[in-house]
Parts: sequence; structure tokens; C-alpha cells
Amino acid sequence: MATAAFEPRIVAFFCNWCTYTASDLAGTARLAYEPNAPVVRVMCSGRVDPQFVLKALQEGADGVLVGGCHPGDCHYQEGNYKALRRFRLLKRVLTQFGVEDERVRLEWISASEGDRVQHVINEMTGQLRRLGPFQQARS
Amino acid sequence: MAEKPKVAFYWCASCGGCEEAVVDLEENILKVVDAVDIILWPCAMDFKKRDIEAMDDGSIAVAFINGAVRMSEQEEWVHLLRKKSQMVVAFGACAHLGGIPGLANLNTKQEVFDTCYHDVPSMDNKDATVPGVESMVDGHHLHLPRFWDTVKSLGQVTDVDYYLPGCAPPADLIWSAITAILTGQLPPKGSVLSPNKACCDDCPRKDSKPDTLEITEIKRPATHLADPDLCFMAQGFICMGPATRGGCGSRCIEGYMPCRGCFGPMDDVFDQGAKFLSAFASILTPKDEAAIDALLDQIPDPTGTFYRFSLPTSLLRRGKMGTPV
Amino acid sequence: MTQRITIDPITRLEGHGKIEIFLDDKGEVANAYMQIPELRGFERFCLGRAAEEMPRITQRICGVCPTAHHMASARALDALYHVDPPPAAHKVRELFYNLFTFEDHTLHFYFLGGPDFIVGPNAPAAERNVVGVIGKVGIEIGGKVIEARKQARHFMAEMAGKAIHPVFGLPGGISKPMKSDLVDALRKAAPGFVDFAQFSLQAFADIVLKNQAYVDTILADHYAHRTNYMGTVDPDGKVNFYRGQLRVIDPSGNRLYQFEPHEYLNYIAEHVEPWSYIKFPFLKQPGWKGFVDGPDSGLYRVAPLARLNVADGMATPRAQEHYEQMFATLGGKPVHSTLATHWARLIEALQAAETVERLANDPEILSPVVRRLPEQPPTEGVGVVEAPRGTLIHHYATDAKGILTMVNLMVATVHNAAPIQMSIDKAARGLIHAGKVTDGLLNQVEMAFRAYDPCFGCATHSLPGDMPLRATIRDARGEVVTVVERKTRLGA
Repeated sequence: MATAAFEPRIVAFFCNWCTYTASDLAGTARLAYEPNAPVVRVMCSGRVDPQFVLKALQEGADGVLVGGCHPGDCHYQEGNYKALRRFRLLKRVLTQFGVEDERVRLEWISASEGDRVQHVINEMTGQLRRLGPFQQARS
Repeated sequence: MAEKPKVAFYWCASCGGCEEAVVDLEENILKVVDAVDIILWPCAMDFKKRDIEAMDDGSIAVAFINGAVRMSEQEEWVHLLRKKSQMVVAFGACAHLGGIPGLANLNTKQEVFDTCYHDVPSMDNKDATVPGVESMVDGHHLHLPRFWDTVKSLGQVTDVDYYLPGCAPPADLIWSAITAILTGQLPPKGSVLSPNKACCDDCPRKDSKPDTLEITEIKRPATHLADPDLCFMAQGFICMGPATRGGCGSRCIEGYMPCRGCFGPMDDVFDQGAKFLSAFASILTPKDEAAIDALLDQIPDPTGTFYRFSLPTSLLRRGKMGTPV
Repeated sequence: MTQRITIDPITRLEGHGKIEIFLDDKGEVANAYMQIPELRGFERFCLGRAAEEMPRITQRICGVCPTAHHMASARALDALYHVDPPPAAHKVRELFYNLFTFEDHTLHFYFLGGPDFIVGPNAPAAERNVVGVIGKVGIEIGGKVIEARKQARHFMAEMAGKAIHPVFGLPGGISKPMKSDLVDALRKAAPGFVDFAQFSLQAFADIVLKNQAYVDTILADHYAHRTNYMGTVDPDGKVNFYRGQLRVIDPSGNRLYQFEPHEYLNYIAEHVEPWSYIKFPFLKQPGWKGFVDGPDSGLYRVAPLARLNVADGMATPRAQEHYEQMFATLGGKPVHSTLATHWARLIEALQAAETVERLANDPEILSPVVRRLPEQPPTEGVGVVEAPRGTLIHHYATDAKGILTMVNLMVATVHNAAPIQMSIDKAARGLIHAGKVTDGLLNQVEMAFRAYDPCFGCATHSLPGDMPLRATIRDARGEVVTVVERKTRLGA
């Protein structure tokens, strides 16, 4: 289980138009949050191939966070719906693989919701500290 | 007179279908026998580990190895053959991807033993006997190979030169591969010896596929009838064709059943199951979470379907040890 | 000083096998063990899978007899979903299944079992193979064997997608009806299959039965076991490969039980030994008595000889004639001589060919109605077929969505696992004395289990046609004392 020394590594895929902008906003508003989630900027949450999520876990991530625009607000109209459908199906596969629910997360965060970025990353980091490292793919 | 190239066939955790597939070469197998010197084929010929050990390294031209690697004895044989062979070909889906035995990667060794030697209703085993690597019987010491927790593909155990896909590889593909090897006309090392295009490309039902696929209902072969001419996906049946390499002759489709992905993914795909998941989820119609989930409820076993043949070579490779089924 | 003889591996077995023989101080056999060093765990990893996928998953237990698993699985699905396929579906399935049985059985005779008789068990090793067989029966026949296999498998692929791992089995029927051009081709080819099966029986009669030494070999005591027998019979008590009830007889031929497939757990159970991954089925009455035969034996055998022993006759006329002749020649029912399995196998091949002919000419075979959809949720079901190597049982339970919660598989060769072990032991004890090991030993031990046609007995693998063996004799320190080898025709 988690030790005091364990710091989870979360890979965050944020869409350019909403969530990435929100994380910038969190920065300029000086909303401090856990440093455990380096961000990969994608143009749309619909760009996130499930392989990215699995590869991140395989390569050392303990969790993966995907952030996109609220349904109906996607800059490309449909992209986040695709992301939602893929994510829901991926979650079922991950459950069959025994990957804990907290490790892979999809959040709708609009450009103005810097505080939500702060909240989600803090929450997820705390959960993964308790869960411990992801060890499966490396066994 | 030039010596004929030495060829070895070996089988790991295999069903024997790949052996049958070689025999399905029919008349062509006589050409093979003429052209090469088969120095190992456990199902048909003297199987002497000591003889293979005594050979010079690299003196076997090609070793065709089928089956997944799941027991210690299989792993030892793989390392031995790699050492003695110039070329190693992963023959068939199990060696290429892990195959059907790879589904056991959602379980542990303990779970397999508990079921097979204890839980099944026909079992009469009050002493809870299980087969062991070492056992003493009637004063004698007997050995068995070890059963690993995790099934591996051939490429996860040793360096593989080429992959011959399929469960089992079709005769024409085998013949092309053997001809290419004997004439030295091979693609770059590490290639899969089948075209890099999806099954859909050659599918007899291709023309019936609409430009826009939209799935509002997911049908299961158990409880629904399928139209014999229409694209399976267009009808709402899960067909792995879009995420599966072609070259198989669409034989399952000709049998009026959807593809289950035995040829594995195309080049540049890391994880066949995830690729299919992505494509399939994209064409579902609902937009709100509740409706999406209700539709996804109609897929009985996503992992066992999307990763039917490729679980060991997926990005996660195996389920968490001790995951309840 | 204990000596240990290791024969590794056994070939023509599903997966791998090895034999360990231990000698006592006098060089007599103290114990012999046939170990199966392989397990894949289908009964576990199929849990959580969708039941309707099982015909395409379980067939990967064996690529030589995938059709057997595919069909047993489809039958289990019929029971699981409480749905009876339409009559045409049963006929198409049965036609397919008999095509497969014909192909598998005839091939075994010419390439695997045949050499023991056609060329002779004591003939030089170099001749005990398919080339020797062809030498005796003629090169034309060799070509006919390959052609018969090719034709049969071509038809199977047309019907069910592929010969190796067919796809068409579903609960309530099959995915694909027969097409008229295929049926026409089958009708034309079927008489040829019947002729070929009859020819094979004639070859057996000419070469084996007219040779008293061979007949003596067949009837030799160290190849005989007085066991119980199990096989499937139709409502008239005749041999049926595709469906029926299971019948068990005792070593004297008295009927012990006859039951529906789903009742199998009332009659048989499985035993485990720590020295082999294979399980050892036995009759619950009298229970596990160890690796012994005789009137108190808990062991039963399956496969062609067993099927002919338990049944009242064959289901087709020409096969029936041969059935009667066999039992008349071998002294009545039941026949305990394991090597007689080779004869029984050819009689079954003839019934399979006759059945193909009958069904191909049945007009209902062209019906487009080959599927009935389930109307009830799945619960639990058992499907049984007679694989070429014996009774095959698939037993599934699912939740209401058809996700598997229990899978039990009793696979043909496994029913024979304890008898095979017993045969190895008996042959070894009968043949090894004073620590002497010869090539003759190797062949005769080989014959003791080869007759069972263990699952991987695909005739097409025997390029040299014989089975090479190496016996390594070590002293108590593990030092090699001597090595006796019998090479194959190709010198390896």
C-alpha cells in the first residue's frame, strides 16, 4: 500500500480550448495545487486515444486525467461526446483488468473553472497517494 | 552439394492448429520437405533437447515456434532455439500476440489451479491435491515444469525476426512466408507477414457499409439473427474487422460470423483492444452518460472480446493479480 | 540401486508428455508414470466470457479436433439457452460433424495407427511409417488419403468458414445455411468417401486380419484391459457421434447406466495426482480405486472401441456389417484389446461417410431455417458429443446476461488418462526385466498408448510416420548408464 514517501504521477491530457485554459487561469490566479500532474495539451478531449491512457500507465503513470469542455461546448462540436463514449467503455475494460476506479478520470472543466482544476488535481493526488503505485503492467 | 537449410518446428502452449495449418499446405508440403532438412518437430520427429543443445549456435536456418509461453519448459525451449537459430518466426496468433491462452492473464496461477483442481463440479479432491513442480510418489522423485502467473507472447520472451499471424495462419500465407524465407526476399526484420491493411478492406460485405456508421443498439450473436449480406458493424454486431490486420481471406465473415481479431493489429498500433474500443465507441449515437451506459450494458464482455487474442501483448499485459472475475 | 528410465517426450498427445519408469534392485519395474507437463486453464479463464463465444474459444483447446469442441459447445449453448435448433440445423451440424469424423479417423489409420499393423510392430523402425504403409497399399492410395482429407476440409470450410477453428455454432442452430452448389458437390463426393472408408477396411482385412501374427498381437494380454466403457448411443442404441444418451457398461458387458448428458455428474468424477497436470476421471461407483482394471475397477475407457462395445450396433448398414464381423472375429462383446481400436476406428469412419451421404441427399439440408432464437434467459447447460478420441463434455453456467460463472470441461483423452497410465505401467512391467532396455521395448511401450490416439494424434504430422523415442537409463546418482534410441526415417 501507499507509503509516506510515495508521490503519485498523474498524466493529464487537457483540451486546448477549455481545460488547458482553465489550468492557465488557475496559475494566473495563483490557485496552488499539487504538482503531481504534468499536463499534455491536446486540441480536443476527442483527440485522446485510449492507447494514450494505457501507455501512460504502462510507462510509469499511477493515474491519468482527461479534461475537456462541457457537453455541448466542444470547440469542434462532437469531440467531447466521442471522448465521453470512449472513456465510459474504457472504464469497463479497466475494471475487468482490475485497475482501480480512481486511477483514470474524465472531467469537464470550462475555461473559466480554474478552481475546478485545482480541486480535481488535489483530490486525485490524495486518492492515489492512498491507493499506492500502479504496478500491474510492470509485473 | 550444398546442405539443405535446417528447419525446426516447435510448439509451446499450443492447440496444434498451427501444426495442422502446415499440413494444410497439401501438395506444397512435399516441396518444403524437399527443400529443407527438418531437424525438429516434436509431434512428428525425434525430439531431443540434447541434440539441439549440441548443435552450433546459429546452425538452424529457421525455427518456426507456435504457441504462447506459459510454462517454464516452454521458455527454456524458446531460449535454446533462439540461440541455435539464425531466424525465429513467431507462427500463429499465440506466438504473435499471446492468443486464446492469453485470456488467462486476467487470472493468476492460484485461481487457475483452484478452479481446475478444486472448484469444478466433477472434482473429487478432498485432500486438495494439486500438481507440483516436485513431488514424491511411491518413494520416487518426479518433476513437472512450472506454471507461470502470466502468459507471454514469443516476442516477450526472445528476439523474434518475423511474425506469421492468424489462428491458424491460412495455408496461402504460410506458403508465401516459407517461399520468401527460402528465397531470401523478406521485408524488414520485425515485420508481420501479412498486408498492413484492415480486414474491412477485403471484406465481402464492404460495399454494404454505409459512409456513416451509427450504432443505436448492440446485438449479440446469441440472441439476434444477422443479415447474411450486410456489414456486421452496420447491423450493430461487434466485429473486430476495423482494428484487425487483413490477409485472412475473411473466412469467418464467409462463415456468417463477425471477426474476432486473430490477425492482430496493423503496424503502428500498440494495443489492438484499445484501438477497437476507440473506433467502436466513436460510432455509438448517445450523447448523455446515462444513455451511453445503457447502450454499453449491451456489450457482454468488452475485454474478452476486444482482447480475445491479444491480451498478453496489450499495453497493460495482464489484469491485476487477484482481481475478482 | 534404483534405476530411472525417462522417455521424453511422448509425441502425438495433445501438448506434451513424458514417461518415467523406475526399476527396483533386480531390474524389474517398480513403478511407471505418464506425466502430462502442460496446463492452460480454460475452465478458469473462460469465466467472465460471453457464453455464445465459447464455440470459438473452446475449440482452441485443440486444433486437430476443434470441430469436436465447437460442436460440444454449441450443444451446451442449446441447453444453456433452453432452445432446440430447427431440424435442418441439427442435420447440417451432423453432416459437418460426420465429415470431420471421417477425415480425422481415416487419416489416423494411414499415418499413425496403420503402420503398427500394415507394416508390423516388429518391423524395422525405418519401415514403420506412412512410407511403409504406402509401400504396402500402393502410392495411389497415399494420394487418395491426401485427396480425401483435402476434399473433406474444403467442404467444411465452405460450410463453417474454416476447417481449423470453424465458426458457425450458435445457441439454437448455426449461422449459415447450406448453399445448393455446395450440396451438389457434396452429393457427388460422398460416394467417394464411402468407397474410401470401405477400401480402408478392406486393406485392414487383407493386411492385418489375414495375418495370424497380427491378430495374436491384437489379442495379446499385455495390451488388454478389462475396464468399463462409455459412449453415446441414439434412441435405438446405435453409435451416434453428434448426440444421444451416454451409456456405460462394465467389463463383462453388462449395462451399468444410461443417462442424459446433463446427468453426468451423478456418475463420473475426477481425481488429481501431484505428478501430472492432467486429471483422472473415474466412475463414482465403485469410486477411485487407483490405476487398476478388472471387475472392481473404477476406470472407464472412451473412443471408438468403447463406443462399439457399449452400443447395440452401428447406425448405418455397411458399417453394421463390419461391426458384426469385428465382434465375431474377436470373440464377442465387449472387446478389451486396446489395439482393436484401430479396427473400430475404421468402422466408425465408414459410418461417418455413410451418414454424410445420407444427409447430403436429404432435401431438408437445403432449408434456410437453421436458427431458432432463444426465448428464455440462459441458466445452465451440458453438451456432449463423441469426439474421435472419445466422449467430450462441455458444461456451462451463466448469469442472466449470459456471462459464464462456471465452466467444466471433460475432454475425450482425459477420460482415458488413467487407462493410458495403466497401459503404460502394464506394458512396462510386462516388457522390462533385469534392467534390460531395447528398441523393441520402446516400440511396444509406444503401442500401448498410441492405440488410444491421444488427442494430438493427427496423422498428418507423421512425416516419418513413426514415433521416435529415446530412453535414458541413469543410475541412482543420476549418471547416464546407457542410452537407447530409435531414430525416425529422416534420421533425426
